[in-house]
Amino acid sequence: MSTVALKTPDPAASPLLEVEGLVATYPIRRGIVGALRREPHRSVHAVDGISFTVRRGEMVALVGESGCGKTTTAQTVLRLLDPVAGTIRFDGTDITSLTPRAMRPLRRRMQMIYQDPYESLDPRFRVRQAVEEPMLVHGIGGSKAERRERVIDAMRRAELSPPELYLERYPHELSGGQRQRVSIAASLALEPELLVADEPVSMLDVSVRAGVLSLLDRLRRRGDVGILMITHDLSTAAHFADRIVVMYLGRVVEEGPAREVVRHPQHPYTKALLSVVPRRDPRERSTPQILVGETPDPVDVPAGCRFHPRCPVAEDRCRVIDPELVTTSPDHLAACVLVGSGETQPT
Amino acid sequence: MSLLEAKDLNVWFDLPHGGRLHAVQGVSFDVKEGERLGLVGESGCGKTTALLALMGLLPPNAEVAGSVTVNGDEILAGGEDAMRRRRWTDVAMVFQGAMNALNPVKTVRSQIVEPMQLHEVAEGADAVRRAGELLELVGIPASAGRRYPHEFSGGMRQRAAIAMALACDPRILLADEPTTALDVMVQAQILELLTRLTADLGLTLLLVTHDLPVVAQVCEKAAVMYAGEIVEAGPVDTLFHDPRHPYTRLLFAATPDLFGEQDVVSIPGSPPRLDRSITGCPFRDRCDSAFDRCVVERPVLLRVGAGHSAACHLNDPMSETVA
Repeated sequence: MSTVALKTPDPAASPLLEVEGLVATYPIRRGIVGALRREPHRSVHAVDGISFTVRRGEMVALVGESGCGKTTTAQTVLRLLDPVAGTIRFDGTDITSLTPRAMRPLRRRMQMIYQDPYESLDPRFRVRQAVEEPMLVHGIGGSKAERRERVIDAMRRAELSPPELYLERYPHELSGGQRQRVSIAASLALEPELLVADEPVSMLDVSVRAGVLSLLDRLRRRGDVGILMITHDLSTAAHFADRIVVMYLGRVVEEGPAREVVRHPQHPYTKALLSVVPRRDPRERSTPQILVGETPDPVDVPAGCRFHPRCPVAEDRCRVIDPELVTTSPDHLAACVLVGSGETQPT
Repeated sequence: MSLLEAKDLNVWFDLPHGGRLHAVQGVSFDVKEGERLGLVGESGCGKTTALLALMGLLPPNAEVAGSVTVNGDEILAGGEDAMRRRRWTDVAMVFQGAMNALNPVKTVRSQIVEPMQLHEVAEGADAVRRAGELLELVGIPASAGRRYPHEFSGGMRQRAAIAMALACDPRILLADEPTTALDVMVQAQILELLTRLTADLGLTLLLVTHDLPVVAQVCEKAAVMYAGEIVEAGPVDTLFHDPRHPYTRLLFAATPDLFGEQDVVSIPGSPPRLDRSITGCPFRDRCDSAFDRCVVERPVLLRVGAGHSAACHLNDPMSETVA
């Protein structure tokens, strides 16, 4: 139904999104006193050298606690924030330092789905207008009648059916799940190839979450869309993602196939995180391995392994060694001095 | 004997443009001393309204009917006077988002001392010492009480909010979504704290949440609410392994589990409007096993096992002839 010519996806071609050694920082305000004292400009390394890829047809979940840098990663990948170092390749093109003008045609192909459908939709726009708007912004979609066709098609793909029922409605007349489908439809109208979904269901009621997640799942299974999903919910990641990337304080500490990461976690942080996820079955009450404190401030990153102050199995060397990601089993990586050295059993 | 008992609790709200919304529709439950009861349901099901009714903190446009007893004493019929005597000293509440509602210009300690003075539980140095003990109890060093809320992390603010609720030594703690918006590790810390408080202090907990796994983790009993009423109640283990209301079963099926193998499936449709009267079963339009009787007759909560009840015609032997 697409009226835009797309490159035919070639499985052998480069991944849809390739991030390498990405660093993103925020400046810290010195304040007037700081400036007068000529204190040096300092910055927080919100994302500190992370790498991952998203292929077409794949859903990758970026998980971690607040402050771990997952949202900054998403914004940098979309070039809403400028990276300090590293490269971002989209469909083989290095977009790391493209000018805003050069980015524009690519923006259509990479779309963000926001957390809160109550905030992301303009309350004065009818559904029809909300879904049409991105096409107008990007100057695509052809004539008015053609755009209407595309609106209806996008809504159908977002499983708002029949679309005619929703076209003239306002957001306040819709449920949370329907609103999120409208914002997904607005993205789909642009025929994007990469969807970045930031906590796409955390504001929705439990009974409709599965529907929105299954929709994203079906979209990527058709093959030409890749999805980067940011979530703090490991159960959701375990269920819907192909791969899980676990972040802690701006670093990737573990990455691998979703099932593998959940069933055979290697990094002590991943193990602790998984142990505290409440289970549906009361008989499965695990012994949660509760870490003390909260994710430390990225302004004061601990020396050595960033996780060592909270790590239940930290050793002396963890204070000095900043571990790199090593392969623990095919496609499964973890950054801990205890993995790969035979001290924890690779499973 | 039950420590806290609600019988046929009803709450209506007068709407600004006329009409009434029946937010809580004949809810009954009881909690024994030291027990942990979870009240589960989706937004708009009346779970928070029910809690506020127990506290006597509903807005002026609300009308309440029914009976609430604490230790056998009726507190609802006595009006605001009776309620005020019980509030905070017998029944205390941690509000939704309490961690973000602390007064930013007062130290944490003074905010814990305040209710003690107000309710004449303790004064002066005694109150300050008690505040320190309460902070230690929830896992915050007493000395941190001199600090301001913005110097605390989210998890610490939530602990402080719990300490505030405990200031007047209540026997019953109502907690409304105490871990929503917290990270999973901090959530685990708070849930562990609530569990420990009930075990150590003999505190009775009424936990309101939309999150079934949280209830499965923390509570012994749960009541599932839908469209203002309790549709199923029982031990959490029974609710998961032998649900007798389709809503409970479908809600579990819609909740992803870490190691779950089955597909998670959403429940189609949305709950009925509560500003109109409901005929038949309020869940029938979304139910996968509705039949003709569900259209005409509203099911009542029936006993289906030990401490287990459900409001579904499928559990009624009479239904077999109809189905």
